[in-house]
Amino acid sequence: MDNQSLLEHIKTKHLSEIIDAYEEYQYLNVIIKPEFIRNIISYLRDDPNLKFEMLVDLVSIDYSKYPEKKLGRFGLVYHMKSLTHNHRVAIRVFLPEENPEIDSIHDLYKNANWLEREAWDQMGIRFRNHPNLKRILNHKDFVGHPLRKDYPIDRRQWLSEPDDLMDEMEKRLKEKGIILRRG
Amino acid sequence: MGVKTYNPNEQLPYITTRREAVLAWGRKNSLWPMPFGTACCAIEFMGVVSSVFDISRFGAELVRFSPRQSDLLIVAGTITYKMAPILKQIYDQMSEPKWVISMGVCASSGGFYNNYCTMQGIDHIIPVDVYIAGCPPRPEAILDAVMKIQEKIENPKTKPPAQFKVKEPKFDY
Repeated sequence: MDNQSLLEHIKTKHLSEIIDAYEEYQYLNVIIKPEFIRNIISYLRDDPNLKFEMLVDLVSIDYSKYPEKKLGRFGLVYHMKSLTHNHRVAIRVFLPEENPEIDSIHDLYKNANWLEREAWDQMGIRFRNHPNLKRILNHKDFVGHPLRKDYPIDRRQWLSEPDDLMDEMEKRLKEKGIILRRG
Repeated sequence: MGVKTYNPNEQLPYITTRREAVLAWGRKNSLWPMPFGTACCAIEFMGVVSSVFDISRFGAELVRFSPRQSDLLIVAGTITYKMAPILKQIYDQMSEPKWVISMGVCASSGGFYNNYCTMQGIDHIIPVDVYIAGCPPRPEAILDAVMKIQEKIENPKTKPPAQFKVKEPKFDY
């Protein structure tokens, strides 16, 4: 399916939720309103003509020093790919500077769990209803969000003892039906 | 085949030396390195252990992955602040006497990772005996560092050359 018919497909159901759509490097970008992200993503995943089974990546961008004026300071890009129909789309969302929040899609795509944790860790975007929104790349004593443009690049933060990852491990074991006895 | 019984009155050949010298000679020629490999320098170190450069010519081929069994810590690769407490713990668990080689520019000074997460030199947390420059260093440089460590073991009283002062980084506690 080419990009034009792809966009038509999305527009038939979700016309009011789309702000803008454009093609760049033969790649369809759709800018939508952030409150409808779950509708759009679940529609893209479940519609038989679209069938985007794969969330390739979830990227957060800080536009605060960008020459163009954008709709908000932070951008989130959901790169989607369909394995059956072999087409791609990028869903873009803009979030405001104060309290950037959006609904989590961890129950639609499993890998969104860690990708959202990374976006929270590095850029400080909150995801509502995320099961375990904690840092994933930086250590636990880290203060601030280092990929924001206003983070001073030479501010270094010590860690005195390594992270204990047992809380995540126990959660995973509980999902698999194994109960860990301490002591 | 005649078996000679040992006669204590018989003169045996002998040499005299100091006890420290014998110990140092033994330590020097049987270094057991522990590679703390976190990045590409570890691959380079594998090249040093391989048959082409053959670190076992210097008696240091027994690479141990346990701090209890090793006396030479080779930090090969970038050390981030997240990794620092683990490196410190490994160093503390090694038994005396122990020596440290900081291999490559990342471990020595942070290299070109002048950013928020990389430690600007492992000498902020553990003492270092020999630094190796290069990104990555040639295997000959690593062999040279091992020879430097051997010299240091042999002559423990010689002072290391004075280092230039490093500007302390800015920390937020």
